[in-house]
Amino acid sequence: MKARILSGVLPFAGLVLLWMLLWGQFTWLAAVTGIALAIVVSAVFYLPAVRLSGRFNVLRAALLLGRLLADIVVASLQIAWSALRPHYRPSNAIIAVPLVSRSDLVMTFTAVTVGLVPGSIVVDIDRDEATLYLHALNVSSMQDVADAKSAVLAAERRLILAVGSADDLAQLRGLQAEKGTG
Amino acid sequence: MTGDGVRDVITAVLVLLSAFLCFAAGVGLIRFADVLSRLHAATKPQILGLMAIVLDVAISNPSVATITLALAIVFFQSLTAPIAAHMVGRAAFRTGHLRHDILVVDELTPTKE
Repeated sequence: MKARILSGVLPFAGLVLLWMLLWGQFTWLAAVTGIALAIVVSAVFYLPAVRLSGRFNVLRAALLLGRLLADIVVASLQIAWSALRPHYRPSNAIIAVPLVSRSDLVMTFTAVTVGLVPGSIVVDIDRDEATLYLHALNVSSMQDVADAKSAVLAAERRLILAVGSADDLAQLRGLQAEKGTG
Repeated sequence: MTGDGVRDVITAVLVLLSAFLCFAAGVGLIRFADVLSRLHAATKPQILGLMAIVLDVAISNPSVATITLALAIVFFQSLTAPIAAHMVGRAAFRTGHLRHDILVVDELTPTKE
């Protein structure tokens, strides 16, 4: 129940907040016009509600953001270097990464997070199989392929720990236990 | 060194960093081999470049309005850039605008047959 209410309220609050950010002022006038516009926008551009999990771990989310930022900085410099270095020989790969979670939200966030970090672009998504197909830059050996795949799964793991549903968490724990014994 | 001096140095470093990244993105756009690789150059170093320039504006002109607007810019750019790259990449892949000879593995083509 809590998750359902949140799923409706959060996007609405986001719209109002965006309106206030665009005006750069947090006044009653901005809030009231923002709420009015948010009502119009959600009525005119109706979208099916996104089911949020109702779980949010602040610490994990902060870790996720910090790690994402660090990844972006490091990888941006790497891509910049491979663009500029002499004798650059292209060697790329298109890899399939089956995800743990089947939730649309986690899948979307993982795709965006992975797409944001330089060096990987989401080429295709198989929603039924929960599989991401990525184009990765500077992959030259099978070891690199394995590394790229585990990087994506690590990003998904961080996302599930931050905002995933209880089901996803249980699945993740199960997988880890399996790995521990095998 | 005064507070203004420190701020000037930080601003200069950030402007240079973002100029360097935009330059590298431009060079990558020309040097990389196919559409998919060029997408990497076009969308990725530029994100960090944008963050640097926005942070730069926020530092040199700190006020609530600038900082909130800067946050909004970075947030929405981070949300839309991967999706734009994804759409172009998908179109490029489906129309066959890619070089198979520079791929180590291709795990998507078999699923399309």
